[in-house]
Amino acid sequence: MARYIAQRLGQTLLVLLIVSFLTYMLVDFLPGDPIAAMTGGEISGETYERLYKEMNMDKPVLVRYALWLKGALTGDLGTSQSYHRRVVDIISERVPVTIYFSLLAFVISVPLGILFGIISAVRRGSAADTAVTLTANVCCCLPQFWLGILFMYVFAMKLGWLPSSGFVWPHEDLLLSIRQTIMPLLCLAIGGIASITRQTRSSMLEVIRQDYIRTARSKGLRSKAVIYVHALKNALLPVITLMGLRLGGLIGGSVFVENVFVIPGMGSLLVNAITSVDIPLIQGCVLLIAVFSCVVNLITDIVYVYVDPRIKVA
Amino acid sequence: MSQTRTDSAAAQAAIRANKAKKRKQFIRALFSRKIVLVSAVIVVLIILVALFANQLMPFDPNKPSVRDRNQGPSAVHLLGTDEFGRDVLSRIIIGSRVSLIVGVLAVVIACIIGTSLGMIAGYFGGIVDDVISRIAEAVRVIPQVVLAIALCAVFGGGIVNMSIILGISNMTVYIRMMRSQVMSIKERDYIMAGRLQGNSNARLMLRHILPNSISPIIVTMTQQIGGTILSEAGLSFLGLGISTPTASWGTLVSGGRSYLLTNPVYSLAPGVCIALLVICLNSLGDGVRDALDPRLRGEL
Repeated sequence: MARYIAQRLGQTLLVLLIVSFLTYMLVDFLPGDPIAAMTGGEISGETYERLYKEMNMDKPVLVRYALWLKGALTGDLGTSQSYHRRVVDIISERVPVTIYFSLLAFVISVPLGILFGIISAVRRGSAADTAVTLTANVCCCLPQFWLGILFMYVFAMKLGWLPSSGFVWPHEDLLLSIRQTIMPLLCLAIGGIASITRQTRSSMLEVIRQDYIRTARSKGLRSKAVIYVHALKNALLPVITLMGLRLGGLIGGSVFVENVFVIPGMGSLLVNAITSVDIPLIQGCVLLIAVFSCVVNLITDIVYVYVDPRIKVA
Repeated sequence: MSQTRTDSAAAQAAIRANKAKKRKQFIRALFSRKIVLVSAVIVVLIILVALFANQLMPFDPNKPSVRDRNQGPSAVHLLGTDEFGRDVLSRIIIGSRVSLIVGVLAVVIACIIGTSLGMIAGYFGGIVDDVISRIAEAVRVIPQVVLAIALCAVFGGGIVNMSIILGISNMTVYIRMMRSQVMSIKERDYIMAGRLQGNSNARLMLRHILPNSISPIIVTMTQQIGGTILSEAGLSFLGLGISTPTASWGTLVSGGRSYLLTNPVYSLAPGVCIALLVICLNSLGDGVRDALDPRLRGEL
């Protein structure tokens, strides 16, 4: 077990190294002059030279990558060109906001998705199954940004029940915070519920067909016991994978909702960074999102070994 | 000698008949579910709209008209006009082209790059496999939206660039699928026989391994088109994808959101189109998968 974890840890580190390299190189291809972007272009030749040296632009790209990586490892991702602040500081302000929304959405969508999935699988072919499956299939395809605008139009503009955008923390103003959280949260949760429902349903159906379920039934177990003890345990394995994927994509997953509801999270930060060609900020955001997703992947894999003894620990 | 020739001709005729029968079975299985049939009809209709957009559009989609700015739906402008006085319905009709072209092109690009890399990795194994697999894994850990957004910064917008961006961010699925397919197929006897005959690696890969591993790839392609269209709309919505004045459904939703109070249809209608197209494409993709899977067709 320890060996497996060590091995996976090694793989993860390698992948992260590649990711950091790709991120650096990718952004390095960006058109435009970073110094001109940072200063607005109105500087003397001498200042330009000085900045050029300061930003290590005179060194080969691999050296610059190594310096950047060294900085990243010590928690220094450079200075944002558009915010004129340290990238780490900006990100650490934004990450909690995104995690707040995404985690809430995750916590809501997992139990509901599993519940709907079980209902429709157990009553396959019934009206309930048709309704759940159809709704889930439709909700999976609704563009999140459009859903946000629809909610905004109905609940904020027509009915006037909720504020149309903005963000405050619950400890700042509890009532306003709850009112502002409802619509973005719904947008984020609907897609999650739909995809977890679909996954649970299909893997439940897969499992119900297996021989051991027939055995359990034929030895006279109550069908509730068969479904919740024997079938569900095995059917949830692929759902865990999906949950891991969703958790891993959590920091980058609310881009659209943040954009529609003007929420100062990681998603809107990334989009701002891209539109203002803020290279250190883009690199920092992508690296952080990738690290997060890698770590979650690693944890999912380790959890998997515990819950599924069939996986060989090589 | 002549005997063997007739034999092989007869055998080929039998193979052809068998193939035709399989195709008929497939089509019957595909459209046996009503929802797949309905989806197929809607997709075909949307494709026809895109093809005959020039005939169907009531107005020039890019021609501004100061007098007609921000109108609500009326008999003249069925879905109203935008902030430049352009007819929203016409812009939605022409926007269908962007969605369909980017959706298909991106998936084709993803498939070509992904299957080639996957085939090379699976066929040669060793260090080649290690390098390709690690890079694919590194690309895969970056969430797809984030990767696409980051690539937008490098490639910029536009239909072709969008397709390349979405192609790259979708390709890892094909790398993994093709790699595992090839690894199991290359050990089979007929590949060994082909190698003993002195066929080159390239010929073995293209003529023998590829045709035998293509069907799951095609299923994945049909299932990915919908999601890709959704991504394109999303990027365009964020202002990173297709940029004005070209109409795309994503930019229309985004453009209309400042005018929700005067003309909500401007922002909401293109979103309905995106959802409708994606829902139908996805259920069509599911139908293709189910029809190709003999377990679900009731043959096994």
